[in-house]
Amino acid sequence: MTRDIAVVAFAQSDTLRSSEEVSEVEMLMPVLHDVLAQTGLKTADIGFTCSGSCDYLAGRAFSFTLALDGVGAWPPISESHVETDGAWALYEAWTKLLSGDADTALVYSYGKSSPGSLRDVLTRQLDPYYVAPLWPDSVALAALQAQALIDAGDTDERELAAIGARSRATDNPRAQLKGPVPQGDYVVRPLRTGDCPPIGDGAAAVVLAAGERARELCERPAWIRGIDHRIEAHSLGVRDLTDSPSARLAAERAGAFERPVDTAELHAPFSSQEVVLRKALGLDDATRVNPSGGALAANPMMAAGLARIGEAAARIHRGESDRALAHATSGPCLQQNLVAVLEGDPR
Amino acid sequence: MPDVLKAPLVVEFPFTRSLGPVQSAFLTGLRERVILGVKTRDGRTLVPPVEYDPVTAEEIRDLVHVGVTGTVTTWAWNHEPRRGQPLDRPFAWVLVKLDGADTALLHALDAPGPDAVRTGMRVRVRWAEERTGAITDIACFEPYDGDDSEVTVHAGEFEDPVHGIVAQARLDYTYSPGRAQTAYINALAERRAVGERCPSCRKVYVPPRGACPTCGVATVEQVEVGPSGTVTTFCIVNIKAKNLDIEVPYVYAHIALDGADLALHGRIGGIPYDQVRMGLRVEPVWTEGGGYPDHYRPTGEPDAEYDTYKELL
Repeated sequence: MTRDIAVVAFAQSDTLRSSEEVSEVEMLMPVLHDVLAQTGLKTADIGFTCSGSCDYLAGRAFSFTLALDGVGAWPPISESHVETDGAWALYEAWTKLLSGDADTALVYSYGKSSPGSLRDVLTRQLDPYYVAPLWPDSVALAALQAQALIDAGDTDERELAAIGARSRATDNPRAQLKGPVPQGDYVVRPLRTGDCPPIGDGAAAVVLAAGERARELCERPAWIRGIDHRIEAHSLGVRDLTDSPSARLAAERAGAFERPVDTAELHAPFSSQEVVLRKALGLDDATRVNPSGGALAANPMMAAGLARIGEAAARIHRGESDRALAHATSGPCLQQNLVAVLEGDPR
Repeated sequence: MPDVLKAPLVVEFPFTRSLGPVQSAFLTGLRERVILGVKTRDGRTLVPPVEYDPVTAEEIRDLVHVGVTGTVTTWAWNHEPRRGQPLDRPFAWVLVKLDGADTALLHALDAPGPDAVRTGMRVRVRWAEERTGAITDIACFEPYDGDDSEVTVHAGEFEDPVHGIVAQARLDYTYSPGRAQTAYINALAERRAVGERCPSCRKVYVPPRGACPTCGVATVEQVEVGPSGTVTTFCIVNIKAKNLDIEVPYVYAHIALDGADLALHGRIGGIPYDQVRMGLRVEPVWTEGGGYPDHYRPTGEPDAEYDTYKELL
């Protein structure tokens, strides 16, 4: 069975350095209400709900079950959860709609990094035998990748700084860091403050719908023409850190190379990772990259990847794009990559 | 809004992990100051070695002895070491391709400063004085200007091999419970139970979590409930909990406070355990500085009729 499935609405919260006055569900609820209001749907109208989050961020076990209060999950609804970025929750919801089990899906994700020390928390996702006992933090691993790119002649510190500056020149009202920001000192050399994403708490949500249902709910649906996700070998020393074969393969499987895209929303938390992705995805200056500011302007963990798909879709909704690529990543040095290709109906 | 409550939260866990045969040989080798790699079918040598080929997924078991010297393939200068990292003074993170290996190992390089580090530089292992069969048996790498080390085939057999590691992990958080639970905890400090009413279905949730799980909307209207309530169901606890100074058996119950549409749970005291029953009317017993009821005891009122609490079971 083949069905056309589209993103019909996108909402996100502000991304804040601290959200201590609200619990996770309190942070999430306004975003859920916003995305549902855009479609006129109520929670009871949704066929499938899928969320993405990670308990390690706030140190709260099974926090996603409490977040479910925000969607009215009682009496029980058809629901699932992934312990990673919400882009992968969207992938699961897409397969659910493809199967014909549901016509609409609510996908949301959220992350509160402020209660913990994010750089240390992220070490716990690494190989527990050979890597995690050394506690290499997320910036250190990205810096090893950045140095490999510099050594290979793919970039230099000045170009990296320009990527951060271009990203933060966005007019996105939800961006955490906007406008001129000092490039700053080294965090872990060669990466400076300006090469690293701001740490923030936030949430994002999208609504998916199939076929005619999508046209009823949205004037110009963002049709998902293809979506795929792939991973690299887990050992960093096995990989060529200057390239991302998994992102390229996911893009190929998603049909990204069949025709040019006018817009790309890349989930590159570090400036150096945009260099890797542009190379792997064959993007040139004809494609507008990260008009939203990308992860260098706001990087709420578990929500920033879903927000890339949402931002790309919203541009299609508004008629600012006809064909867009959206990318999400998870893990150290672009370990896992998801690519979606979105299109609007001809105008 | 009153000040947000905050409290330190430490999550600490020792994971006991078992090792596959290749991992066991590699980590035992480190204990014996030997570094082993594993050969893939196409002749590459992987260090650190893995159980399965990362490209073909086939099981790989052929171990080789690689050098304790090698070449830096990329590096990053870490001027502020963090807790748990290999050195407590500034150092370089490095990926090192050991002599005889085709892949690189992540570790720390002890160097005087970033100007002393470059890709392509030669380094050698500095062993930890006490070794247990863990990646930290390599204390770090250090600059080296001698010859390449010899590389030989190795059976990977040692006396008393390690079969597991205990991976310590500790993360420190500052936890904040959010608006609704802060209000609930603050009211408890005044020995009051305050729930929140759903604006849509009118149910009163105690303790409040900030949202109605049926309607998916924020609960904002505060409602004082109790102090008395009704036991809706209970169990008899016969196992003594660690660090809990309560004699067994005792009764743990679901208690619907008067005015609440959700039962909370608490211990029942002041009555023999085998006389507790559904419908028993109870009230909270507070202790000085407790912050919440220590337990609930019978009020002496007649039992509640089943119909008054059957929806709250």
